[in-house]
Amino acid sequence: MSSAAIPQPASVDEHAPLLEVRAVAKRFGARDVLKSISLNIAAGEFLTLLGESGSGKTTLLRLIAGFEQPTAGEIWMSGERLDTLPPHKRRVNTVFQNYALFPHLSVRDNVAYGLRVQGAPKNEIPRRVAEALNMVKMAAFAGARPSRLSGGQQQRVALARALVNRPQLLLLDEPLSALDANLRKEMQSELKALQREVGITFLFVTHDQEEAMALSDRIALLRDGALEQVASPRDIYARPATAYTAQFIGQTNLLQGEILRSIATCGVLRWPVEDMDGPAVFSLRPEAIRLSPDGKRQTFEVKFRGSVRQQIYGGASELLEVDCGAGQLLRVRLPACGPLNGDRDFVFSIADAIRVTD
Amino acid sequence: MYSRTYKTLVSAPPLLWVGLFLLLPYALMFAHSFWAVQDGTLVHHWNLTNYQKLFTNSLYAEVLFRTMRIAASVMLCSLLLGYPLAYYLSFHSGARKELLYQLVIVPLWVSYLVRGYAWKTILGSEGVLNGFLQYFHITHEPVSVLLYSPFAVVLVLTHIYTPFVFLPIYASLEHIPRPLVEASQDLGAAPISTFFRVILPLSMPGLLAGATFAFVLSLGDFLAPLLVGGSSGTMIANIVQTLFGATYDWPLGAAISVCILLITLSLLFFAERLERRWSFK
Repeated sequence: MSSAAIPQPASVDEHAPLLEVRAVAKRFGARDVLKSISLNIAAGEFLTLLGESGSGKTTLLRLIAGFEQPTAGEIWMSGERLDTLPPHKRRVNTVFQNYALFPHLSVRDNVAYGLRVQGAPKNEIPRRVAEALNMVKMAAFAGARPSRLSGGQQQRVALARALVNRPQLLLLDEPLSALDANLRKEMQSELKALQREVGITFLFVTHDQEEAMALSDRIALLRDGALEQVASPRDIYARPATAYTAQFIGQTNLLQGEILRSIATCGVLRWPVEDMDGPAVFSLRPEAIRLSPDGKRQTFEVKFRGSVRQQIYGGASELLEVDCGAGQLLRVRLPACGPLNGDRDFVFSIADAIRVTD
Repeated sequence: MYSRTYKTLVSAPPLLWVGLFLLLPYALMFAHSFWAVQDGTLVHHWNLTNYQKLFTNSLYAEVLFRTMRIAASVMLCSLLLGYPLAYYLSFHSGARKELLYQLVIVPLWVSYLVRGYAWKTILGSEGVLNGFLQYFHITHEPVSVLLYSPFAVVLVLTHIYTPFVFLPIYASLEHIPRPLVEASQDLGAAPISTFFRVILPLSMPGLLAGATFAFVLSLGDFLAPLLVGGSSGTMIANIVQTLFGATYDWPLGAAISVCILLITLSLLFFAERLERRWSFK
């Protein structure tokens, strides 16, 4: 999106969190939708709430926007209590899932809405609206009614309508889920560029882990109303804390086994570890496993022989299902290598087998 | 594609019905309004005297204006009652919504006449309301303006037509996507501002439909004035009724009916135009 446009929001202390969610719980009837969530969001950060449907991510967003009240806990923003304020008094704006553009107002009036109801100076409104529309490349549609716009265009208008108010925090509720795959990819990169440009803190909700990886500074993974792990995309992928995280983010092999006298044993696979004895689960990414053409291994590697059961061609890479004996199946991702069959030698490095809690 | 025979078969009954029971009677009415009665018999003698009478005899104009005043009052009162009710039910009634909705609808199942007579017993000089007022020494003798007045007509018609006003408004409020209301709050609009900027404009089609119902139905009403109107609450339909009945002047009655029809049609046309302005699909 074009440069210029919206100035930076009033800068906050770099180290203090912009938003603090303190032990927030939400109960609907007998159902605990959120169970004591604590989460800090830094100013200027792009944080994604990732989770399956029903994990509570939208509820958390609605608590921050003010459409729901927490059953317990507090929410603070820039040193002020937020959860006691009605939605219209919060310096938070939302991009809704289906955009929620006002059908009776033109694109221009939709974008001007926030400025008008908050009593911005009359002579300032047209300029700020024009800036916001330029920023999302929708200036040419200023006079159109929302029903005339495509999904992607409505999305842009919804963004402009929220950003024109210079919120401290922008909430985005699955804003791209209604778009088709190609447009979604395009909007992802525009959204990321826009966030860097305006410097506004984004709290983004999605169930799409690829989207979360592509966009976020940090990902907060929610599971059944509790935070499973909060980390940067690279960390959460490389060092998942739990079996759930490892499976939810990317693909993985979960190896169930045990540790006995510093040796981990998972089916036919064995390798040395420096850990306490007891049952253990390891996550091993399919791409961590390689073919070993000469059948040799380094000291830090584990070697095993397996027969290729299935091969799925995926363009740049291939996904194999390998039986490494006793019915133990492993998924292996290799760079595209042509058809494979029969028994092969594979290796992976011990460091790639990440111990996770079950 | 459907065959011609099929289309003809399907559309014939309703067309026949409309032709026989709507268009034909209107045509007859229209024709009658240009005929005359001489020595107690109808003569098919084309003339404009009926319309001349209508515009020269001030009685007709007076009653017609009173009728429009009453209809407008009924429209206003039932909007003032029906809109807040519909708004409350749609946005704030929570779990009681179904029950309250039924309570609004139930009076529609009670006969018009029963409700009319009920008001007679409430408003009459020996009625419930006067009894109440005297019992608590608010008044010392029966208040007579309660019954047999334009006020009573407006009251009864408002009671009867408020559900008709409520229903289309409620339907249009229910159709407003709730995220729009949240978006308005989210953008910084206080509840009152959200109401006037989002909810009211988006419920305009329902409001217009309800207002039209109340006005048009009141305009042609003859039962309420008959029951509770007295001589000061006579409406135009009562005059038409008398002209077609006791007075036996069908041509004049038809001419008045044509006038009412024209008023109604222009009103519907106007409402239709307004409604189109307020629909955004």
